[in-house]
Amino acid sequence: MAQYDFLVNGKAVSVALDNEATPLLNVLRNELGLMGTRFGCGLEQCGCCMVLVDGAPVKSCNREISTLNGKTVTTVEGLGTPAHPHPLQQAFIDEQAGQCGYCLAGILISAKALLEQNPSPTRKEIALALDGNICRCGSHNRIMRAVENAAAVMRGVK
Amino acid sequence: MNAPVLPGTLNDNPVLERWVSFPAPGKVTVNTGRVELGQGVLTAMAQVAADELDVAPARITVHSGDTVRAPNEGYTAGSQSIQTGAVALRQACADVRALFLDQAAAIIGCAPSELSIRDGSILRNGASTGQDYWILAGAIDLSANATGTGPRKAVSDFTSIGHDTPRLDLPAKIFGDAAFIHDMKIDGMVHARVVRQPNRGGNIGNIDKAGIKRAAKGPIDFVQTGNFFAIVGKDETAVDLAGAAALDRVTWQNVERPSPQQQEATWLLQRPSVDRVIGPPEPSDPQGRERFERTFTRGFVAHASISPSCGLALYKDGQLTVWTHCQGVFPLRAALARTLKLEPSQIVVNHVQGSGCYGHNGADDAAADAAIIALQMPGTPVRVRWRREEEFVHEPKSPSMVVKVRALIGADGKPADWTAEIWSGNHNGRPGGGNSLLGEEALPGYVALPPANEVPEAAGGGATRNAEPLYDIAHKRIVHHMITEQPVRVSALRGLGATANVFALETCIDELAERAGQDPVAYRLSITSDPRARAVIEKAAAMANWNPKAPGGEGHGRGFGFARYKNKAAYCAVVVDLDVEEDVRLNHVWCATDGGLIVSPDGALNQLEGGIIQAASWVLKEQVRFEHDAPTGPSPYDWETYPVLKFSEVPEIDIVLLNTKDEVPLGIGEVAGGPVAAAIGNAVSHALGARIRDLPLTRERIAATLLAG
Repeated sequence: MAQYDFLVNGKAVSVALDNEATPLLNVLRNELGLMGTRFGCGLEQCGCCMVLVDGAPVKSCNREISTLNGKTVTTVEGLGTPAHPHPLQQAFIDEQAGQCGYCLAGILISAKALLEQNPSPTRKEIALALDGNICRCGSHNRIMRAVENAAAVMRGVK
Repeated sequence: MNAPVLPGTLNDNPVLERWVSFPAPGKVTVNTGRVELGQGVLTAMAQVAADELDVAPARITVHSGDTVRAPNEGYTAGSQSIQTGAVALRQACADVRALFLDQAAAIIGCAPSELSIRDGSILRNGASTGQDYWILAGAIDLSANATGTGPRKAVSDFTSIGHDTPRLDLPAKIFGDAAFIHDMKIDGMVHARVVRQPNRGGNIGNIDKAGIKRAAKGPIDFVQTGNFFAIVGKDETAVDLAGAAALDRVTWQNVERPSPQQQEATWLLQRPSVDRVIGPPEPSDPQGRERFERTFTRGFVAHASISPSCGLALYKDGQLTVWTHCQGVFPLRAALARTLKLEPSQIVVNHVQGSGCYGHNGADDAAADAAIIALQMPGTPVRVRWRREEEFVHEPKSPSMVVKVRALIGADGKPADWTAEIWSGNHNGRPGGGNSLLGEEALPGYVALPPANEVPEAAGGGATRNAEPLYDIAHKRIVHHMITEQPVRVSALRGLGATANVFALETCIDELAERAGQDPVAYRLSITSDPRARAVIEKAAAMANWNPKAPGGEGHGRGFGFARYKNKAAYCAVVVDLDVEEDVRLNHVWCATDGGLIVSPDGALNQLEGGIIQAASWVLKEQVRFEHDAPTGPSPYDWETYPVLKFSEVPEIDIVLLNTKDEVPLGIGEVAGGPVAAAIGNAVSHALGARIRDLPLTRERIAATLLAG
């Protein structure tokens, strides 16, 4: 049994696993009980499992746990809470940006990564940043509007 | 005495406590047979109950979709939730409210008409009476049947219906809670993956169990009954690895694979069919009128839900409990009882949210998988989660269709006789429609069920849905060829046959306008007398600043599309603006919809936006092709072999809702598909100066059309 130590949403975690092949997604969901990061394809194609690793957006479904030692992981649970929502989460609520909502956790993470790099993205830049996330219900325009609004709030202009 | 005719699904579920109860002081529970599929229906039901009971929405808990407490409303499908489900709940609440007012009046010694209710408290001429729902609840028998006599509120008095209410289900999805069935954990639960029978009648040859165990890198077990073979274990990663490894460590006999010829709709034309004519016979003599004939095709389309299907089951003490994200818990219970040789009374089926389904995807089958395994492992909760590839290969597909339109055109340039001849598989392959559950086909002693019946015309039809134009045409008919034998399982996808049928009919209308030298909008209005249809057509044209003289060709185009869903639900007109180079680039979509009474305006807009984007994806990108090399068959198996519209490809969308204060709601969830398909097709034709009558409108088809031009 091997042990892996890293930070998740600001907290140090230590996970002991028999199976070295366990991807980060399964560790988050099945070992740490963090269900916000969703399984969508297991092929790094749909973005449902997006998390930040040392600030960079990463699809967690195939990310081997052995590469995580000492790293910092942020999941959707680490963005905010209903009492203290991240501006992106508040904007998604305000815009009712979602239908089934299965894609939203991954999209919020991708959007957070975008806004950290580019605080004033154009609609086109938002679209391109989210092209790695699939939304099948057709909530795209609301989602992009919410990201624009959150960006404005974070810049202090709204 | 005859039972009263009650609104919607209240007829089948007349007992009031099936709909409404007062479980604790200050609390109201509303039950609905409708399930949350991401369309916001539970929030809408809370709004309906808040208004008709006169209680604050915050007091209401909506309980949805189980076989124990909820009313049996069949499937959450067909844009029916508001049209037949909310109207039932509305009347049930009105009846309950009237019972309480009668009781309060008797206690107080006044006429019920002197009483009103504010947030559950009963007032007399505006002043408190000390009575409320919860005080009176013990004295009122809600096991009584609805009478339909409780006065419903006037639309103008609604304070919740027609006003935007934030969706109840969204916060959990935005803050990352365990919102989905995939997130359920039951103590002692095992994970499972099924090694899928490639086709009905496929037999297991060899199983390299040692090889599968090695690949698992952790402890796993096997469950086998007949040709149903599954891997189970406590560690999901091990089960996943074993499931993937098993694909080439289990061999199959009697394998049948779909062929690339079968992927094109024209394959249907040579197949045996069950035929019928709906409407008057087709005239053999055109009587001097000009014949007009066009043929349209559309391939198989996948639901392509963002998450693969999931199901949980526990068999304990002779009772089976199943958790599923399917659209109809009662039909699934019946199918499970048949599959497992249990009585329905031994089975409880609970709905838990999944990702958007848009119709009959793998949800029922994943639940059946879990149930089959659970019966082999009494006392152990079983969670089955399909693999991405499994969902693409094995979910039931929307059947391919050929639609041939034949019309006779009078001297005035208008159609006088219209025939839609349709070749299609069945759009009603649901468990309740007569089809097997997937895992059932692999069990010992499986006997194929008789072919499923297509959706009845009274319910809007399946393949025939919207084949008949709403336009003023003296004689109309449908010739329907149902092709039972299909290369893949086929079933219901949002809109059923309406997408292909409206695409065909509205393309023809566009061509007829062109032939008559008229603007497509003016031509449509010249053959439309229904005032609500005229209103949406005129509104969409106005929203888009429709210009009859806009030049076409040179790569830029605008197109129009219109339908009234099922010819009896919502009206929808759409204008699309796009550019065509190698691919189609959607710029803007304008949509005017009359869905009658709207419970949640923003929810309706969200559904329409989603319908528009999904239809655009179907029309521009989607076809299930049998030419790929998936590990388990020649099918799309991932998001590269089955791409859908991306963020950078969606158009701007403007929607206007008309007539939202009407008394009667008309289903809007599926209305946009056909009009959007037609408007995109007509806009592409406007841009290219040539017609493409085959969906999807791929780069290859556009290039071929340009070359031919």
